[in-house]
Amino acid sequence: MAVRTLSSGVRLEDRAARSAERSRVWRKLVRNPAAIAGVFVLAAVVGAALFAPYVAPQDPARQSLIRRFTPPVWAEAGKAAYPLGTDQVGRDILSRIVYGARVSLVVGVAAVLVSLVVGVTLGLLSGFLQGRVDTVIMTVVDVTLSFPQLLLALAFVAALGPSLVTIIVVLGLTGWERYTRVVRAEVLALREKDFVEAARAIGASPIRTLLRHLLPNTFSSIIVMSTLQVAQAILQEAALSFLGVGTGSVHPTWGQMIALGRDFVSVAWWLPTFPGLAILLTVLAINLVGDRLRDALDPRVG
Amino acid sequence: MLSLLTRRLIRLVVVLAGVSVVTFSILQVSGDPVSLMMPEAPESDRAVLRQSMGFNDPLPVQFARFVRNIARGDFGQSFFHREPALPLVLERMPTTLLLTVLAMALSLSLALPIGILSAIRRNSVFDHSATLLVFLGTSMPVFWTGIMLILLFAVQLRWLPVSGWESWAALVLPAATLATFSTPLLLRIVRSSMLEVVNLDYVRTARAKGVSESLVICRHALTNAALPLVTVAGLQFGLLLGGAVITETVFAVPGVGRLIVGAIRQLDFPIVQAGVFLLALIVVLVNFAVDVLYIYLNPQIRVR
Repeated sequence: MAVRTLSSGVRLEDRAARSAERSRVWRKLVRNPAAIAGVFVLAAVVGAALFAPYVAPQDPARQSLIRRFTPPVWAEAGKAAYPLGTDQVGRDILSRIVYGARVSLVVGVAAVLVSLVVGVTLGLLSGFLQGRVDTVIMTVVDVTLSFPQLLLALAFVAALGPSLVTIIVVLGLTGWERYTRVVRAEVLALREKDFVEAARAIGASPIRTLLRHLLPNTFSSIIVMSTLQVAQAILQEAALSFLGVGTGSVHPTWGQMIALGRDFVSVAWWLPTFPGLAILLTVLAINLVGDRLRDALDPRVG
Repeated sequence: MLSLLTRRLIRLVVVLAGVSVVTFSILQVSGDPVSLMMPEAPESDRAVLRQSMGFNDPLPVQFARFVRNIARGDFGQSFFHREPALPLVLERMPTTLLLTVLAMALSLSLALPIGILSAIRRNSVFDHSATLLVFLGTSMPVFWTGIMLILLFAVQLRWLPVSGWESWAALVLPAATLATFSTPLLLRIVRSSMLEVVNLDYVRTARAKGVSESLVICRHALTNAALPLVTVAGLQFGLLLGGAVITETVFAVPGVGRLIVGAIRQLDFPIVQAGVFLLALIVVLVNFAVDVLYIYLNPQIRVR
């Protein structure tokens, strides 16, 4: 009976501590205007991607030769139906940007999930097992770091044949090394701590120690890294589409729009400008949120 | 000290072996190289070529041959140009290296003073503006920055050429574009490594002795902040080369990057492999040089 009270008491206290921690993180996040702006921009982009058919003013694929090169609405020849103007075949740029958000977000998040699974697994193994396993894994990390990531992704996407899945897998498999380095370093530091020693002393198996005691303590780093990695992955996907090894589908991507707009930059500045601003705003918003998240989750930073 | 150097050398060789494996696998995952080489030929001819070029051999045999060939500088014939791939890449390398070095120099000349000042005046308006610029810089796609610079300086103001590499004026926009990509990364490192040393005891001692502020910063703080800076700058060299690849494409700079991107569109894999391998080789060598420099610069290691 006494034991039960004790254990439930401990659990209660634990829960209270955890919710206090959560509200502390939240308060820190909310106090920063840049991070709030980031959250709003992100919400707008995600909303636009989810509800693209309702948000986009026009059909993104509809061409119209008489309406080609319509400037944005605030310019002299602008039309309210095409707020950001039209492209070289008369398609509405705003609608294409709205649909383009889908590809960017899906690729960004999915590629990071692939990196996360590979990178965290290797990092845990490397830091926990040490020795020969560590040497091999860190050599693979060094090899990965030797290639410009964009170039490697470009070569493999082209070799495998461009598709949405290929891009996600290739970006995921070329971008995991940061997870491995960070998780390995954290595991190396954590395994010397008393609570890990205690877990081992009461007979926890190595796998249990790894998954129940070490892994959860790397979560805040993983969350922060993942946010920033999504921003990177969106930039990489845009670069791949810009270079012409995109998703290979009919759906517009921001990188593709900029590549097409480049040829018309002297006659229609709005063609490459707005898709680029969409990338800039999205990536900036993610970076701002990620940065604040780091400050909020890291108790060492004031 | 010697044993550390030997360890670094061994790592260099092992990493290069890994780089060869990755480069080798680019062609392997592409499916059937022979049908890329001769798309119109009948299947029987392809089978003959496949046999004679050794594509039917077991993978380890093919890999051993690949390593032997690249050791002799032979990456095979370009499918498209019908000449050896390596010279095609090598003759464009000086252009890419010039672009990269120009951008690096421009970045350092911006990042060092701004980063140092940010660290000294921590949380000042200047520091916050610099941080904002870092955020903007790291969130802009390089190719878009390039196009926006073209729009402003070549199309609107007509000060500089839109593309090419013929005159010194043509180098300005590509180098500036690449620098907008690398400056924020360097700036952040300069600032954080300076922040780590400016409040240390020996810096305070120097100030207490009455050493002038500029001397404290240059002689005492900067020399110690330089170590992490050099290491990270070496690590970022790969990123910079990746940025160079895309910058060259935007400005039609006749460098390795544009060659590789063109080759990728034509599925001309010998050129892709030669280009990717050489750029990785440069990154590996730069990092090796940084490691050696680190051993040499760091008294803690040197004495041991």
